[in-house]
Amino acid sequence: MKLFRMLGRSIRDAIKSVIRNFSLSLASISCITITLIIVAIAIIASYNVQNFTKEIERDMTIVVFLENGIEQEDIDDVEKELKSIKNVDKYTFQSKQEVKKQMQEESEVFNTVLENWDDDESPLKDTFQVKVKNVEQLSATAKKIEKVDHVSVVRYGSGMVDKMVTAFNSVEKITFGIVIALVVVTVFLIINTIKLTISARRREISIMRLVGASNFTIKTPFIIEGMILGIFGSIVPILITMYGYLAFYKHFEGHLYSQLIELIKPEPFIYQTSIIILLIGIIVGMIGSASAVRKYLKV
Amino acid sequence: MDLIRIKNVEKKYRNGVTAIYDLNLAIEKGSFVFVIGGSGSGKSTLIKMLYREEKPTKGQVIVGGLDVAKLKNKKVYKLRRKLGIVFQDYRLLPKQTVYENVAFALECIGEKKDIIRTKVLKALEDVGLKNKVHNYPDQLSGGEQQRVAIARAIVNDPKLLLCDEPTGNLDPEKSMEIMKVLEDINKMRGTTIIMATHDKEIVNKMKKQVITLKDGHLVKFKQKGTYVE
Repeated sequence: MKLFRMLGRSIRDAIKSVIRNFSLSLASISCITITLIIVAIAIIASYNVQNFTKEIERDMTIVVFLENGIEQEDIDDVEKELKSIKNVDKYTFQSKQEVKKQMQEESEVFNTVLENWDDDESPLKDTFQVKVKNVEQLSATAKKIEKVDHVSVVRYGSGMVDKMVTAFNSVEKITFGIVIALVVVTVFLIINTIKLTISARRREISIMRLVGASNFTIKTPFIIEGMILGIFGSIVPILITMYGYLAFYKHFEGHLYSQLIELIKPEPFIYQTSIIILLIGIIVGMIGSASAVRKYLKV
Repeated sequence: MDLIRIKNVEKKYRNGVTAIYDLNLAIEKGSFVFVIGGSGSGKSTLIKMLYREEKPTKGQVIVGGLDVAKLKNKKVYKLRRKLGIVFQDYRLLPKQTVYENVAFALECIGEKKDIIRTKVLKALEDVGLKNKVHNYPDQLSGGEQQRVAIARAIVNDPKLLLCDEPTGNLDPEKSMEIMKVLEDINKMRGTTIIMATHDKEIVNKMKKQVITLKDGHLVKFKQKGTYVE
């Protein structure tokens, strides 16, 4: 009962103090707002980069062309070899008849040209389409497959795509690093701003200590105040995330520059990001005020 | 019975200054004691050790059976709840009313609202400020502010009231008013009062126990003493 009473009082005191020290609260809130906006943008960028790197990676296939006139037995051998390669995730076999059919379906021109070739004449080859587990080792795996008997040619994501994936991977790592760095910077900024607020209330804390308030009782209202500041500070960043990303997505119609770079669909992405922003705001506010108030609790 | 027992206490500050040398004292429950001495005599240090703002370097300070020197920082609040403290500069919260300032002491320890109300009004009545409950500190005179501080110190019915130069900022007339309030508290509530002061007139008029400190040494401990330099 007593704990609830104290908690209720702490919440009341925290709200009162936000209002009473309005200008200082506003300083903390703006500080949280600005950094959270940058964090939000970094999160959105980071997730999108991650997303389209994955999309591209998913499309990365090694096409294994087999020798002309290969027997079923040899095809089975190649399949066994493929199975034994560690980085191979999945593969599908496509016979030259199937390739021909597919090509005919895809284009009118191919249709008429291919119509006149029978199986023996056909320049098309039986193929395996191989997906790998780790795209970064794509070329190494391709080279391994090339050495397998009865394999004629191996084709995989040309150099540019390869480089793009590596580039995106590093961009992803960098944006992630930026998010972490920003969160740390925010914590420091908020600690300092809240320290200002608290140093203005040193007197109150010293009186609390004199009349026998426990450290817990002294800390709780400040921590709740930090949470409130965090919540207020995340309102604008959340609005920017929700409406800003929606507008951004609509403006580019879901793709950035080309069909290749697909943006993450706004729902539920914006809600998830908003929740992350809110949580960062709350946690950062709490950590900030808890560590700021600790300075004044030492007897 | 002794409420306070001080045994072989020495206090040396970090800067190397020794404020108290080998102090031995016993103060009875319900007594009214003045601690006198010039600046740097160690009277404030003695008061600070009693509410554990300072720790003795050596020896024991026992307040109400609790060894204050051994008390951990985290547990200091347990001691503070048993005593009231009044300072020269009142230490009131300027943005809170008289009522809120006094109630603050009880709110901090999680007391119930109706009990807070009864106790706060009783304490304000005891110091003669029942008609000023809704005023803010800056609307009161110095003497009245000090009485609010006293009300806050006694609202929790402490066994011990520590006063560090409570009349230091007041003129002789207001000072005597404060002394009257403190004497009433001592008599009516049976609260032990220890008051550090360098106000000769007050000490001589009140005829209470007097502890005289000089350069950190106990010079005299007299029943019904006067101010002797």
